[in-house]
Amino acid sequence: MSESAVRRADSGNLDRTGDALRVLDHNELFGLEEYVEQHAAKREMEAAPSDEEVEKTLAWTRGWEYRERVFAREALVINPLKACQPLGAVLAGLGFAGTLPYVHGSQGCVAYFRSHLSRHFKEPVPAVSSSMTEDAAVFGGQANLIEGVENARALYEPEMMAISTTCMAEVIGDDLAMFLGTAEQKGALPVGFPAPFAHTPSFVGSHLTGYDSMLCSILSFLAKDVNADTEADVEAGLSFGPPTGARPRINVLPGFDPYVGNVREIRRLLDQLGVDVTVLGDHSDSLDSPADGQYHLYPGGTPLAEVAAAPEAVASLPLQAFSTRRSRELIRDTWGQPVLDVAPPIGIRNTDALLMAVAEATGTEIPAEVTAERGRVIDAITDSHPYVHGKRIAVAGDPDLVLGLLAFLLELGAEPTHILCTTGDAEFERAAYDLLGASPYGAHATVWTGKDAWHLRSLVLTEPVDLIIGPSHLKGVAREADVPLVRFGFPVFDRHHLHRYPIIGYAGALNLLTWIVNTVLEELDRKAPDFGLDIVR
Amino acid sequence: MTTGMTGNNDSDPPVAAKAPPEPKAATQRVIDDVLAAYPEKLRKFRNKHVKPNDPSGTDKECEVKSNIKSRPGVMTQRGCAYAGSKGVVFGPVKDMVHLSHGPIGCGQYSWGGRRNYATGTPGIDNFVNFQFTSDFQEKDIVFGGNKKLAKITEEISELFPLARGISLQSECPVGLIGDDIESVAKTQGEALNLPIIPVRCEGFRGVSQSLGHHIANDAIRDFLLGTKEPMVGSGDYDVALMGDYNIGGDAWASRRILEDMGLRVIAQWSGDGTLQELASAHRAKISLLHCYRSMNYISIHLEEEYGIPWEEYNFFGPTKIVESMRRIAEHFDDSIKEKTEQAITRYEPYFAEVQARYGPRLAGKRVMLMLGGLRPRHTIGAYEDLGMEVIGTGFEFAHKDDYAKTAKELGDAVLVYDDPPAYELEEYAKALKPDLMGAGIKEKYVYHKMGVPFRQMHSWDYSGPYHGVEGFAVFARDMDTTISSPSWDLFTPPWQAPSPAPALVGAGSDV
Repeated sequence: MSESAVRRADSGNLDRTGDALRVLDHNELFGLEEYVEQHAAKREMEAAPSDEEVEKTLAWTRGWEYRERVFAREALVINPLKACQPLGAVLAGLGFAGTLPYVHGSQGCVAYFRSHLSRHFKEPVPAVSSSMTEDAAVFGGQANLIEGVENARALYEPEMMAISTTCMAEVIGDDLAMFLGTAEQKGALPVGFPAPFAHTPSFVGSHLTGYDSMLCSILSFLAKDVNADTEADVEAGLSFGPPTGARPRINVLPGFDPYVGNVREIRRLLDQLGVDVTVLGDHSDSLDSPADGQYHLYPGGTPLAEVAAAPEAVASLPLQAFSTRRSRELIRDTWGQPVLDVAPPIGIRNTDALLMAVAEATGTEIPAEVTAERGRVIDAITDSHPYVHGKRIAVAGDPDLVLGLLAFLLELGAEPTHILCTTGDAEFERAAYDLLGASPYGAHATVWTGKDAWHLRSLVLTEPVDLIIGPSHLKGVAREADVPLVRFGFPVFDRHHLHRYPIIGYAGALNLLTWIVNTVLEELDRKAPDFGLDIVR
Repeated sequence: MTTGMTGNNDSDPPVAAKAPPEPKAATQRVIDDVLAAYPEKLRKFRNKHVKPNDPSGTDKECEVKSNIKSRPGVMTQRGCAYAGSKGVVFGPVKDMVHLSHGPIGCGQYSWGGRRNYATGTPGIDNFVNFQFTSDFQEKDIVFGGNKKLAKITEEISELFPLARGISLQSECPVGLIGDDIESVAKTQGEALNLPIIPVRCEGFRGVSQSLGHHIANDAIRDFLLGTKEPMVGSGDYDVALMGDYNIGGDAWASRRILEDMGLRVIAQWSGDGTLQELASAHRAKISLLHCYRSMNYISIHLEEEYGIPWEEYNFFGPTKIVESMRRIAEHFDDSIKEKTEQAITRYEPYFAEVQARYGPRLAGKRVMLMLGGLRPRHTIGAYEDLGMEVIGTGFEFAHKDDYAKTAKELGDAVLVYDDPPAYELEEYAKALKPDLMGAGIKEKYVYHKMGVPFRQMHSWDYSGPYHGVEGFAVFARDMDTTISSPSWDLFTPPWQAPSPAPALVGAGSDV
């Protein structure tokens, strides 16, 4: 037998050392000679381009001329960092107690929302569909909606259903208000059962828009009576009228926040100021619950009664602007409540500004513990600054996260270079350039609104950077550019548990600093010559 | 109706231990208990979709109804026709650009999640991990998307000159607004000298992913199949490998077996597949079908149109591998049969080693499965090769013929469920208390919370291959890893554990 035949018979993918058995899986198995040969032989059957053609084309795609063509695109979108409205609506629904997201339309969408969110949060994501099919396309989806709410209530016993739509339902013009009215008439929904709804067409805006629309509907529905102080409210301690010595209360709007750690952090931070917090909506338990031997369908979430009392808080504090536009308008115009206009509290100065805005609005003071915490993070920054200073960085993600990160990077003396925001708009672009223009470290930055990761690839291959910060889908770009990728934002599928940590506040700044600087150090070590493999960095 | 469940397998004995003489009646009681709390209409409906198994397949009472619409609002695990076409069949074809035509979401959520591995250079001659979309905006809905679509085909051809073709994967709006994508495909195909395949897989079509498979198979048949000759001429031992999507390298591990048998695989549909292979498969001497559900359509067509026989096969686990190898070899001459036996002889010590290592650790472990259209039955043999028992299984989108094939593989009265809503599957798991649950990402974390060890059996939980000789070792290792993980023992903190009965000592104690 030839040696390779002996190899197959003898070891296959079982690696024996003494008693131990190591099984080679896809990570290593296909690097074995027999598979390299198999692949080469198969290529002969594929009518594949020659190696020369591939090389030549690859080189061409890495150059300036290709970059220009990539940017000249009018129609084709490639590897965008954007999702559709109802995904956001589902996340919004998951922020409220006992709430089941219900998406009216095709059922495939809900399967996708659930798997997409599960892959990021590594948590169960309950949501139901009204499973419309071809006949509903002809006759409309009323029957589906009505049967669906009845079944969903029977099986999953929600306190509330947050209802949104897929593009199928939107294109055929299903009228949710009418359908839900009929559902109540037919007894499929008890009269007054909380079923706020939002039309969330996937061909308008993005997941941020859908989040906002759903949140706005929920807030509007639950806080209907913004003026009356019922006895029940007073008794439940949910009515604050004139100051009585009770702690002031702020509503916090996390927005489309992929970091459950952020919600916990804002509570902790404001608690230190002596401020109570109602989070609108709080998905930090529904998307990060304990493993305790039981599956709880609705862990945590903002209690519905708290939402009803939210108009009486001192002010509302959005942690994101671009996923809360309509909600903020509702709060300001309908509730008549001040909305604190702060940048996303990522980085030191943004956190400072948030704390000062809250302190002013609530008449509280920033305590020594918070100042000390801030000081510790500044200390850490000065420890690490040489490894971040002057680093050219490509940043990609949703507008609020990107603006926050940019502010922090500038504080560290890094040089944001290519800023990609598929879901950004003119307002975002202005805000980004204002930020960049105010710092010498932002002088070399260009902001790319509405562009995708194929644009980013050309950018980093023609104008190289030292580091990319963004979601998991950028790993191919990072590999090609031979630079590391710090996972950030949404979705992060291929690194674990980062979302359980905050990125806001001083604690969040420390986390971001730690991830960024240790990635730089890892890369230094990987590329270091033997003499330069320093023990101390 | 509660949805909590304890994962504590110690408290109640499994159903079988106190089963009355009639096992089917016991299983039916489990079913009745779970369905009892449903609204009447839903209960009647679901009752037809979940049954105790009759291995002989003759008991009409035990026939599982399948392949019809899910009821609204129940939390079905199913997807849609777009997923079946773009996600399953077309997506893995590496040297074509698959355009998700419609709004941004469908392509975004199916971007890179499936692990259909492929060789080649990403962005040059391999596009499997790309999201190509027409990102429909409101104006496209109002005025139609054809003009944009034509432009897109030009941009693809310009930016990806080595792409061998384009498929247009229709999303819901395309059919609803009445865009004639076929005309764009034809005109642009001629203008660009590139195969452009319009695929009508709008998500509202059919009841699940299944119709999407069928639509995709038909599109390949209508536009590609038969249009090219194999690159390597014609041989007596040429086979087409159908219905293997190369998850984690499955098709490569399967191909290796067929090559060890002396066969030549001239086409892989569609894992690590190419347009060339789709176009030239009609020259195979036989088509070998792994995923029956998603590719029986083309296999039947190859037989009807080209007289090519097809043979279903199963490369999960030694028993099925060996049986399949011999059955395939029957179609060929003695030289193939000899090589087949030689290969089997070489594999046997390897299989024995894996079974010796993992069998004792896994023997007696009980498994529940819920997957798409093949694996809930196809993996049973592999589990049994490790001494494990499948105590419940079911499919998202199987048809009547799939359930008939399943019945033979399972024991008497085993629970079989079709398109079970999430609630229902959880309740069956509560009743049956499996040692391992095998399903998908949407289920995984539910069962982890309950302390039930779980392996994703769509994505192989980012592992694989599970097909073939080496795949059996990876499969065994992974099942063992998760079942044995010490982390399951950490769930109950000591201050919540039931305290042991106090020892009563001392004067006056009244034991």
